[in-house]
Amino acid sequence: MSVVLELKDVDVFYGDFQALFNVSFAVEEGMTFAFIGANGGGKSTLLRTIAGLQRPASGHVLFHGEPVDQFPAHKRVGMGIALVPEGRRVFPSLTVRENLLMGAYGGRKGDWNVESVVELFPLLKPLLKRGAGSLSGGEQQAMAIGRALMSNPELLLLDEVSLGLAPVVIKRIYEAMVQLVGSGHTIVVVEQDVGHVLTVSDYVACFLEGRISLEGKPADLSSEAITAAYFGM
Amino acid sequence: MNTPSSQGIEGGAGGAPLRTPDITKGAPVVPAFRVARSTRMHRIVLVVSAIIVLVLVSVPWWAEVSVSRSLVTFFTLLALAQMWNLLAGYAGLVSIGQQAYIGLGAYGVWLLGDVIGLHPFIAVFLAGLLAVAVALPVAPLIFRLRGGYFSIGTWVIAEVVRLVVSNIQATGGGSGKTVLSAARLPIDTRITGTYLLALVVAIGSILLVYFLLRSRTGLALTAIRDNDIAAQSSGVNVFRSKLFVWVVAAYVCGVVGAVVALNLLRIQPAAAFSINWTAYALFIVVIGGFGTIEGPIIGTVIYFALLQSLSQYGTWYLLLLGIVAVIMATVAPKGIWGFIAKKWNIHLFPVRRRLELESPPDEGTRPADKPDAAPVAGSV
Amino acid sequence: MVWANVTLQGILLGGLYALFATGLALVFGVMRMVNLAHGDLGILAAFVALFIVQSLGLPLLWATVLTIAIMFLLGYVLQRGLLNFTLGTDDTRPIVVTFGLSIIIQNALILKFSADSQGLDAGTIENISVKVSDQLSIGWFPLIVFLVAVGVIAVLELFLARAKLGRAFRATSDDREAAELMGINNKHIYSLAMAIALAIVAVAGVLLAIRTTFDPTQGSFRLIYAFEAVIMGGMGSMWGTLAGGIILGVAQTVGTQAFGAGWGLVVGHVVFLTVLAVKPSGFFAKTVTA
Repeated sequence: MSVVLELKDVDVFYGDFQALFNVSFAVEEGMTFAFIGANGGGKSTLLRTIAGLQRPASGHVLFHGEPVDQFPAHKRVGMGIALVPEGRRVFPSLTVRENLLMGAYGGRKGDWNVESVVELFPLLKPLLKRGAGSLSGGEQQAMAIGRALMSNPELLLLDEVSLGLAPVVIKRIYEAMVQLVGSGHTIVVVEQDVGHVLTVSDYVACFLEGRISLEGKPADLSSEAITAAYFGM
Repeated sequence: MNTPSSQGIEGGAGGAPLRTPDITKGAPVVPAFRVARSTRMHRIVLVVSAIIVLVLVSVPWWAEVSVSRSLVTFFTLLALAQMWNLLAGYAGLVSIGQQAYIGLGAYGVWLLGDVIGLHPFIAVFLAGLLAVAVALPVAPLIFRLRGGYFSIGTWVIAEVVRLVVSNIQATGGGSGKTVLSAARLPIDTRITGTYLLALVVAIGSILLVYFLLRSRTGLALTAIRDNDIAAQSSGVNVFRSKLFVWVVAAYVCGVVGAVVALNLLRIQPAAAFSINWTAYALFIVVIGGFGTIEGPIIGTVIYFALLQSLSQYGTWYLLLLGIVAVIMATVAPKGIWGFIAKKWNIHLFPVRRRLELESPPDEGTRPADKPDAAPVAGSV
Repeated sequence: MVWANVTLQGILLGGLYALFATGLALVFGVMRMVNLAHGDLGILAAFVALFIVQSLGLPLLWATVLTIAIMFLLGYVLQRGLLNFTLGTDDTRPIVVTFGLSIIIQNALILKFSADSQGLDAGTIENISVKVSDQLSIGWFPLIVFLVAVGVIAVLELFLARAKLGRAFRATSDDREAAELMGINNKHIYSLAMAIALAIVAVAGVLLAIRTTFDPTQGSFRLIYAFEAVIMGGMGSMWGTLAGGIILGVAQTVGTQAFGAGWGLVVGHVVFLTVLAVKPSGFFAKTVTA
């Protein structure tokens, strides 16, 4: 199993504030890797760095063994890295269909298109012509995931997809996630909601104040250990 | 008051140094500190400035008339630059229409001097009120616009004023008027008086900005400049603060226009309301530095020097101004003073509040070492 | 009937204003930048066309096509090479830089062409008119200008709505960072938007030059009228910009008829200020935030 994504000693700063301290880990092909942790721990920064929206001050992001730090975000989509950003970030003045088409703008050829996305998220079918700004949170989230899939990524990054959503909606999103997990994508998912994400991931790491405080297979980690690592006790 | 209190602000009861309470074992010890305004350098600057001012006051009595007249131009530009900087660098209002108020001040001094019969030197200070009379009602309208659209809005106002004044015969239409009440003064009185008025306006504008920035309004302005939505949610009345600055700037620009009218004796709409006023002020502030008091002073000096040596080249001169402004604004947005201030941590005007730690030297956190540190241990 | 004629003239004039305004609105929509040199760039285009006609001897139509191409390229280079660097969190830099550009363009034009008024000669089409009714006739040329404006706006709206690149413009306008995640290179998109804007303003400048006289200082006024049209029409709507242009044009022509030449422009400004006071978001706004 080859290593798709690797981070080596990555430090990331926002101005004077250090968000990531010497972060290193590797993700193998087809794996679903989860990052959990409290707010402000650095999880979103991590995904943004992998996607190219942040540059590391030191250290490297390696994709298939090659460093990609010099590539800006818009180039990484074409390489096969797609991010579903925190807060959905839909294009409100575009329709749902147009949003999905935007996903394919700089992406690669592959099996994902509007039809297959709608198969994964049937709730989107009646909404294709609607302005994305008028959708509910759950509908926007489904669309945002579909939009990322439209680029036919190899590495899919999901940032807090359950944030602000009702439990019923989260359940549906994760049902779709289960299908994605089995389909050969390499997935890195960041979540505050620990319960759901542990059921779909092969490996989990806990982020605390910019550092990995705990990692392992979900089955091997006790809930006490996770709670302690989550809150830094 | 700019002398730091000897006690400063110290933690604990009755001036005793802060002790770590037992319940928060492991919390950092906060050393005694005080909030200070000025340093020794500021006091030196004060003395040097006073000397410079005294020399300048004496100029009409020993220098040639042409020197006095040139310096009037210098002083008026300096005042304009301070106002433009106050608007753009502190309140975030990039106005390209201040010429409306300059022109109104010029026509104001004619109105008050020739038509109403006041002494021109008094009329100068009242002429600013004519500018305010227009600036006030205009504010709620154009404050609805943001950013670049606000800027063009200010220009529209200037255009409207120019057109109206050009079209009314009573103000001389397109050919303008002569300020007879000033022309009739004995020439020495006029030259000296105009010079001193200009000097007062220049110094006044610097002091005005200085005291404004040290006041609560000044703090509000800095907050607005950085992020006006955040400022609003912190309780700052954004509209009132902006309005205050807007009116003050209009007044001073009006007075400047009045002084220029006395200097030139002739007012015409094309010149009085010319966009070039904005161009000069913009150039000065871009070169000298946004958001500081020292910046416009440096900028005026440089601009004035360039003016003296290059003005006969007319159009080439303006072209050069534009090119330098574009390069500076793109490459060095903080201007020359910004560069100097950052490199050597010099601030001639004590507007900032700094945290001075009374801790032993090994703490290594004297303010002089950290000019632009994070707000926790730096200046506001 | 004189009023009907005057109003009609105003509507047609509005087409020209809308042409100037469209580029301004496009650039603001895509990158939230107000280009204070926009009017001057239109006048620059007029001078470029004049130069091509006078010094290179090409017929006007070819000169216009060439001018549009030159301005398109200029727009791309200007944005990519200079203006992109002024964009960021600071609102004041693009204003200051584009104002400086305005000064540069105006004075460079004066140096090269003198401050005299110039005109572009389009031949007889400038003078012929078409009779609408017994008392009403409109000049062919003002009508052509209006139709060109409508055509340009229609094509632009179609482009934004249907074309892949147009969609990319809209996405970038909505959320710059999310657009990056779609593979959109913002620097390139901004430059393309400026290129298109300058191509449009080139058309406006050439048409202006034919319709009336022009000189290097005209750019300032073109900017102001364009701005008033955009604000009155409402942000985010190209057709709104046409409406805003028409309102302005009619206000000016009616004002001139009612109060005389000097006051016509004042009436236009007063109408603008009134709209700003009463309906600050404009009549046809699509976006809520500017």
